[in-house]
Amino acid sequence: MISLAGRDILKSWNKFVFTGIGLGLLIGVTFSMAGVYRGMVDDAKALLNNSGADLWVVQKETMGPYAESSSIYDDVYRGLLGMAGVARAANITYLTMQVRHGLRDVRSMVVGILPGGPGEPGYLVAGRLITRGHYEAVADIATKFKLGDRIQIRRNEYTVVGLTRRMVSSGGDPMVFIPLKDAQEAQFLKDNDAIVGQRQRTAENPGLNRPGVPGLLDAVLASQSHNPYVNAVLVQIKEGYAPEDVAEPIRRWKHLQVHTRAQMEEILISKMIATSAKQIGMFLVILAIVSAAIVAFIIYTLTLGKIREIAVLKLIGTRNRTIAAMIMQQSIALGIIGFVVGKIVATFLVPIFPRYVLLLPEDTVRGFFVVVIICIAASFLAIRAALKIDPAEAIGA
Amino acid sequence: MPENKVSSTTKGIRIEGLHKRYGKGDTAVDALKDVNMEVAAGEVVGLVGPSGSGKSTLLKCLGAVIEPSGGRMTIGDQTIYDKGWKIKDIRALRRDSIGFVFQAPYLIPFLDVTDNIALLPMLAGVANAKSRALAVAMLQALDVAHRAKAMPSQLSGGEQQRVAIARALVNRPPVVLADEPTAPLDSTRALAVIRILGQMARQYETAIIVVTHDEKIIPTFKRIYHIRDGVTYEEAGEGREIG
Repeated sequence: MISLAGRDILKSWNKFVFTGIGLGLLIGVTFSMAGVYRGMVDDAKALLNNSGADLWVVQKETMGPYAESSSIYDDVYRGLLGMAGVARAANITYLTMQVRHGLRDVRSMVVGILPGGPGEPGYLVAGRLITRGHYEAVADIATKFKLGDRIQIRRNEYTVVGLTRRMVSSGGDPMVFIPLKDAQEAQFLKDNDAIVGQRQRTAENPGLNRPGVPGLLDAVLASQSHNPYVNAVLVQIKEGYAPEDVAEPIRRWKHLQVHTRAQMEEILISKMIATSAKQIGMFLVILAIVSAAIVAFIIYTLTLGKIREIAVLKLIGTRNRTIAAMIMQQSIALGIIGFVVGKIVATFLVPIFPRYVLLLPEDTVRGFFVVVIICIAASFLAIRAALKIDPAEAIGA
Repeated sequence: MPENKVSSTTKGIRIEGLHKRYGKGDTAVDALKDVNMEVAAGEVVGLVGPSGSGKSTLLKCLGAVIEPSGGRMTIGDQTIYDKGWKIKDIRALRRDSIGFVFQAPYLIPFLDVTDNIALLPMLAGVANAKSRALAVAMLQALDVAHRAKAMPSQLSGGEQQRVAIARALVNRPPVVLADEPTAPLDSTRALAVIRILGQMARQYETAIIVVTHDEKIIPTFKRIYHIRDGVTYEEAGEGREIG
């Protein structure tokens, strides 16, 4: 039997190709949206993996340091090092801010690390790790910084000594690693006018500047000019210990919140990305509906343009299922053209997206079947119209 | 028990007391009141009547597109309608036992000439290669074999009508219904089409009913059925030879 759908497509290939390209652009955007979601999940996992931590010790009753602000004293880690099952512990700070490079500002997550401790980037693509206590930085290549670049964080300048890859926050901002002390200062440091103003206010406070207590004012001012807080302590546990077994005593005795890797993943994916995921999900549903409407409209219009031919086909004995198959095959063919164009478009779109887009092969396969199902569903309207055509239309009034 | 296909050895079509009523009660309209026709195998008859006389309704009844309200239709020696269809698969009846030639050729625009014709045997389950061979044979018989690979849009009006005739005859149906087949053609081509229909009727022992208004071709029929207010009247035609 001749493929009626194939012949019709060959005859009106331009209609199918141009409609397919239009549909493909839509499918390309759909793939990209799905890729953005996958990228967000992957970024979240990369964030956890790259930190090298097994436990995140944060302020009590918070989900920090990524989902909520958390503040704990920077000497807490010493006590943690003495607890059973703790192999390494290191302070860490996170601060999302604008990092200035020349005339350009780059939105980044500035991470304060203790060189050599947990939280340090696991690998570099160029340069070296931070070795000095101050004014060196390792940046993710997404910042577009180069080795030797001088960048400004708050009032201080840093030299980029190393470059890393895929180190981004859950919001997609590239990370810039600097020494912990510098990061603590950056979180706390105010401009000179504010410092002068604060000193003046403290000196004018009779409770903090008692005439009979020499040295009190200096002590208070000294405490105000130093930041003793970090956002979290990253803990690596000893081999043979279960994360929960190490976490539980810390919660009980140190009165701190401890998140295991599984809990952190849950926080990042289920809580932080949840809203974005819902938005993307809504976009995907809307795009699927729009795609279905386009395919349905095109196939319906093409079918209505063939009323006489379909009437003749029915009159000469063509079965309804043959006509239905012709329309459905055309719809699927349109979907396949759209799918191929969409896949190509998505592949070319990925590098120009501002954030990481991950196109998984299984999503492509899933997308193909969704496109086919949408096209089959979209063809029902046209099939219904075609089956209603009276063969008498061929004979005329 | 109704059968699927007409398997008559003696061909031709006979219609007795056929009538068709649309609607019910006060709004009922009798489009056909009393139609009686008999067309032998190999014969071409004309069916003539003014607008609204019931020609189209009769054609639709004969073509098994609509069901008559009463009467009897027989193709060869097999009754296909007698107070209800006696054939189970009406679609197969149309495909295998009735050929159609329309006012416009209505060829399938996305199939080439050969496949337009071969489609019918293919629909009947004949293998593709054999169907195409039958199509080519029909095209040769109608002198359009040289356009076998052309698309319908590349054919002249006369060529298109020949291809339409080839399509109507390729399954060797016992009956062919031609609805104003010469309407869009000039007199030379119109007469050529009638001559071809006559040749094909004799060659394939097909009964051909030509519905027409065309004054140029009416004198070529030996027998003419007039239809007026849903009733047929038979009349002898001139049977003029076409040169």
